[in-house]
Amino acid sequence: MITVHNLTKTYGEQTVLNIDHLEIPKGQSFGLVGNNGAGKTTLFSLLLDLIQPSSGHIINNDVQVDESEAWKPFTSAFIDETFLIGYLTPEEYFYFIGELRGRNKADVDALLSNFDDFFHGEILGQKKYLRDLSKGNQKKVGIVASFIGNPEVVILDEPFANLDPTTQIRLKGIIKDLASKEGVTVLVSSHDLIHVTEVCERIVVLNKGEIVKDIHTSAETMKELEAFFAG
Amino acid sequence: MLKHFIGLQWKSFFRSATFKTEIWFKILMALGALYFIVVFLGMGVGAYFIIEDMEIGDPLRVVNQFLIYYLAFDLVFRYMLQKMPVTNIKPLLYLPISKNKVVNFSLGKTVVSFFNIAHAFFFIPFSIVLLVEGYPPAQVIGWHLALLAIFYCNNFINVMVNNQNTVFYIFAALFILAGASQYYQWFDITQYTQPIFDFFYDMPWTAVIPWAILIVLYYGAFAYFKKHMYLDGGLAKKQTEAKTENLEWLDRFGNLGTFLKNDIKLIKRNKRSRSAVIAGFFFIFYGLLFFTNAIEVYDGPFWKIFAGIFVTGGFLFSFGQYVPSWDSSYYPLMMSQNIKYREYLSSKWYLVIIATIISTFLATFYIYFGWEAYAAVLVGAIYNIGINSYLVLWGGAYVKTPIELTSNKKAFGDKQAFNAKTLLLTLPKLVLPIGIYAIGHFLINPMAGYIFVAVFGILGFAFKNKVFTMIEGIYKKEKYKTIQAYKQK
Repeated sequence: MITVHNLTKTYGEQTVLNIDHLEIPKGQSFGLVGNNGAGKTTLFSLLLDLIQPSSGHIINNDVQVDESEAWKPFTSAFIDETFLIGYLTPEEYFYFIGELRGRNKADVDALLSNFDDFFHGEILGQKKYLRDLSKGNQKKVGIVASFIGNPEVVILDEPFANLDPTTQIRLKGIIKDLASKEGVTVLVSSHDLIHVTEVCERIVVLNKGEIVKDIHTSAETMKELEAFFAG
Repeated sequence: MLKHFIGLQWKSFFRSATFKTEIWFKILMALGALYFIVVFLGMGVGAYFIIEDMEIGDPLRVVNQFLIYYLAFDLVFRYMLQKMPVTNIKPLLYLPISKNKVVNFSLGKTVVSFFNIAHAFFFIPFSIVLLVEGYPPAQVIGWHLALLAIFYCNNFINVMVNNQNTVFYIFAALFILAGASQYYQWFDITQYTQPIFDFFYDMPWTAVIPWAILIVLYYGAFAYFKKHMYLDGGLAKKQTEAKTENLEWLDRFGNLGTFLKNDIKLIKRNKRSRSAVIAGFFFIFYGLLFFTNAIEVYDGPFWKIFAGIFVTGGFLFSFGQYVPSWDSSYYPLMMSQNIKYREYLSSKWYLVIIATIISTFLATFYIYFGWEAYAAVLVGAIYNIGINSYLVLWGGAYVKTPIELTSNKKAFGDKQAFNAKTLLLTLPKLVLPIGIYAIGHFLINPMAGYIFVAVFGILGFAFKNKVFTMIEGIYKKEKYKTIQAYKQK
């Protein structure tokens, strides 16, 4: 589904990302871990054409991301609060994204009804604008909005941070289902090793912009990761 | 402790993102400030002699008569522009500093604000002139000190009523009513207020009274501030109850309707965009300056075209100019969502066009000033639609200052207005139509001038697709820089 070719990103002298080759097959749940500054958000931003590669390119489902906009209809993401429109209510935001992705109100409502317990009654019908919601609730809105319109690729940067334990557990279930049942390619980054090992079939460790580990998740993965990060 | 506070203040000023602008912009700002200082000084020195020349009475008494309006204006300006000193308090709350100190410092900060000092540039020279002209020193000083206290009273009143919109609107309404009734000579409020200010002059010891009031107000503001210094009190962000709106009638326009819906909500729900639209609305009346012959300089024939462009282009200039910065807080979303750049741009274009057409209808009253006035308005509208609408979008590609939607600060004298490229683009917006008109005007007749400008507008309109492809290309090229720049708040 996604292929990365000789991708680098440099700022002045500093190389923040350098990936020779990376292939993510369709329907894989892919986890990206690494310390601060490892290049996780840089890679995701490159995938969404929000920054320009210094060299190399990314192919998303036969579309070269920095050349064509044709990847947009089947790719969705939630990176940070800049993906939210602060002056809309959550409902309006969901409908807005829905309309952009060719889904009418009824379609969006049907999708949202699956997330009632995820929202925990704090999102819909609250008479609040997104900018006035708490950080955690904003995150819930952004994550669910990225599921609208049956995307084939979903990119979530640090989806577990700022969420309460109950929501974290529910989100893990949702992500697992997306990949296994619906064949969606899910890319997740996290600082929390436990969450990623539970959710992702494959884990890639970035360190200073380079891939240092590429693991197919198994019972030993957690130990291996801990050993690596303990240094 | 005070040393720490002042140090923090110093750093927050010199390290703020807005301060780090190009050097020539700083020079421009300094020149601007200097200009106002000189104007105020000139007024302070000159006011006495001007009033004397007009022979409407003792200059001091005349100033006293209108002082109430001066003070009211001052309060309105403060309410709209003076920033409350709460913003940097949060990180200090849990540090071992007594609350009293924090509050005292915050209030103290407002004392040295520009809004207080500006008046000194008028009143100090004015008082000096009074002394030189032989007014008794004790009385002048008493009057001066009384006024000083009154301006500071305004300062602390503003601290207390800030964020209380209803109070403000009632006050503003009363103020306008008083002004209007004075103009139409129904009721003259100054008859009742002048004696108060005369009193401070006639009996200088009474200056103690405003100072006493000032002390009371200071403690009032102090108590008010201290009481509200909690995260869920005065320091909380104001929340408004949200209403979900459908605006379904726009659905028939497809994706374009989706964006238009969003833009309407953007305008309605954010302070900054609302102010821009209101400012745009007032442009409609700008033409009155030209067509009523109120100002002689504006009597030339070209100024009519100039006026026509401004009358119908208020929204275009005040809102359109900042596309795409209105969407700066969620620009990455727009860039990665299922949106074609062209659709995004054309929705903004339609918004500008619709607003221009509405302005043109609202400006119909210019017919009252003769066909030529309204022709100028119509031609201005055509040029705005056909040429200027592209130019603002084009200029927008280079505007890279993020807009903070919920606050009005920086709304006036924004540095992005001085971006070199946008500045260059204002030339064709205003100078070109005047030039085109001049050619027709001098070669044939005024009518031909109007027709020339209109033809230019229509031609521009006809080439819409071509121009859009070009603008889209520029936006795409600038995209990464823009995303990067919007991140830096």
